[in-house]
Amino acid sequence: MGIILFELALTFYFTATIISVVELFRGSKESSRLMLLAAGAGFLLHTAAIVSRYLISGHLPIASMHDASSFFAWCVVVIFFVLEYRYKIGIMGSFVLPVIFSLMLSSSVLPRTILPLSPVLQSYWLGIHTLLAFLGNAAFAVAFGIGIMYLLQEHYLKSKHVHGLFQRLPSLQVLDEINYRLITLGFPLLTLAIITGALWAEDAWGNYWRWDSKEVWSMITWFIYALILHIRITAGWRGKSVAMLSILGFLIVLFTFFVVNYYLKSLHSFA
Amino acid sequence: MKILVIGLNHKTAGVEIREKLAFPGPKLEAGIFGLRNIPEVKEVALLSTCNRVEIFACVSSASAAADKIKDFLASFHEIERSSFEKSLFSHSDSVAVRHVFRVASSLDSMILGEPQILGQIKDVFDFALSKKTTGVLLNKLMKKAISTAKRVRTETKIAENAVSISFAAVELARKIFNGLEGKSFMLLGAGEMAELAARHLVSNGVSNVMVVNRTYERGCELAAEFNGKPVRFEDFPHEMVNTDILICSTGAPTYVLQKEQMQKIMKERKHRPVFIIDISVPRNIDPEINKIENVYLYDVDNLQDVVETNMLERRKEAEKAETIISEEVEIFTRWMSSLDSVPTIVALRQKAEEIRVEELEKFRGKCPDLDEGKMKAVEYMATAIINKLIHPPTAALKEDTEDRDELIAMIKKLYGINGDDNEE
Repeated sequence: MGIILFELALTFYFTATIISVVELFRGSKESSRLMLLAAGAGFLLHTAAIVSRYLISGHLPIASMHDASSFFAWCVVVIFFVLEYRYKIGIMGSFVLPVIFSLMLSSSVLPRTILPLSPVLQSYWLGIHTLLAFLGNAAFAVAFGIGIMYLLQEHYLKSKHVHGLFQRLPSLQVLDEINYRLITLGFPLLTLAIITGALWAEDAWGNYWRWDSKEVWSMITWFIYALILHIRITAGWRGKSVAMLSILGFLIVLFTFFVVNYYLKSLHSFA
Repeated sequence: MKILVIGLNHKTAGVEIREKLAFPGPKLEAGIFGLRNIPEVKEVALLSTCNRVEIFACVSSASAAADKIKDFLASFHEIERSSFEKSLFSHSDSVAVRHVFRVASSLDSMILGEPQILGQIKDVFDFALSKKTTGVLLNKLMKKAISTAKRVRTETKIAENAVSISFAAVELARKIFNGLEGKSFMLLGAGEMAELAARHLVSNGVSNVMVVNRTYERGCELAAEFNGKPVRFEDFPHEMVNTDILICSTGAPTYVLQKEQMQKIMKERKHRPVFIIDISVPRNIDPEINKIENVYLYDVDNLQDVVETNMLERRKEAEKAETIISEEVEIFTRWMSSLDSVPTIVALRQKAEEIRVEELEKFRGKCPDLDEGKMKAVEYMATAIINKLIHPPTAALKEDTEDRDELIAMIKKLYGINGDDNEE
């Protein structure tokens, strides 16, 4: 059941992504609505899939890389829809849906077996720590898409290429404002995730900080976003530099999520 | 009944003829009643703008009506008919319908896609309605013209994208700033184009206007015009710290703003974005300034390019609009030709009714002692027979077929109906 729901969700996300890419070249109100409809249907099915995994395993389904990627994607969709509802920028889908679909795709190729939770992970911290971390990272994922939109629009304005996609992208100020909101949402979530992680580590392993590779890379991520907020608030830097740092930040998030979990020895490697 | 459009516009006549044939405000009523009084003209509406004078009419005979309308124009405006006759165009039937739809949709306008014409068409319609000079046909034509124009507006992008330099500036500003409300704006120098752009910015919500001029008095005058504050020329770099949009149009032979200066300003304003429009020739703002982050500099050529690209886009959209118009013309002409059979249907019913009344009279004469109830039954039967007999031909006439004209002629012949007076 869960598998069928997941595959259906993936199909809908795929459809929405295809429409969103076409949007880049020739947008219309209808295609934009269709994209949101497909993404919305994908989201409902995806939610059902996660709930069904939850019912089987009895805990928030994030213990395997398959579940973790899928849950990560789900959090990005939540933030995407909240922003879409608030700002109504259809073209945003073209920059966020590919990220969502990529996460779902990587989830779909990873083993789906539900392994029994190792004793260390059996804790109420599991839900709190991971939910904070994923929501924070999801905010950064959307900020990544918004950052690309900013760089494109900035490039169009500077080079006087003011037709086509330029017309469909929103103003620089709106993009910068959304970026700021996302980072001010994501940064405290990441901070809390690191704190709860430390508390949990003390609880489980008797140590707050063990220089585990995941911990180190999370710290690097934290510094990047702290830097973005710092230069924005103190020096008033905004726009292009912030957009580029947001893109870099999310690339590090992805590195931490995939590469560290797989290739570097880490206490966070599960499957 | 035929639809006739006769008139002239910026494509067929120069302004010296257009102004002579125009019907400005007070003359409009006299004009429309004068036209209505022509015997061949059954319905009429009159459009008179600076670019066109057009008469939309419903006439019994196109050629006769056109001739009389020309006479009327000559006598009304007290000019020789020969002096404007060559500048007139005249369309009838579906060509006329297409013309009206194209005018309303702004495909015939000097600036393709400009929005005013639709409002003018609406005014023409309202005026004609209030003076009761239109009827079924023209009312439908005008309503359809308006709805077609709206369709063109929503289904194509013909009215999108600025096609004037000052609007292009406003549009660009909107892509940098999220709305212009609360943004501060500085006008450096003066000049027609700069002032027009300034006016557009102010009407789009820009607040906090500053005006800089080499001669302070001139600056004060302009500032008063825009409800802004005058700034002395030497103070302008300092005020740039609080300026989001700058329009520059001075006669200075060199740059009045250098890159290093602007870098300092940007630091002071905490890198808040600035939009600079330099429409002076020679340019007054160092082009290198565009390389500074969060500064967007456009010169007059850049804006001209934007306008030209947008115009090209509009022309592409106009092709889509023509397809929409063809569809609507088709629907309208089909409706019009369905009107052709209406007089025949009416005549057929009349004929049947006459027969019914006549025969009932005869019957009553033959059977005078029939009681009221039985007489009612006979009347009922007569009505039923008549209705059943005329139902198939009526239904056939209402049907939309290719050979309707032949059918009309045949039914007229079969039932002995004479041609109606409206036909040519």
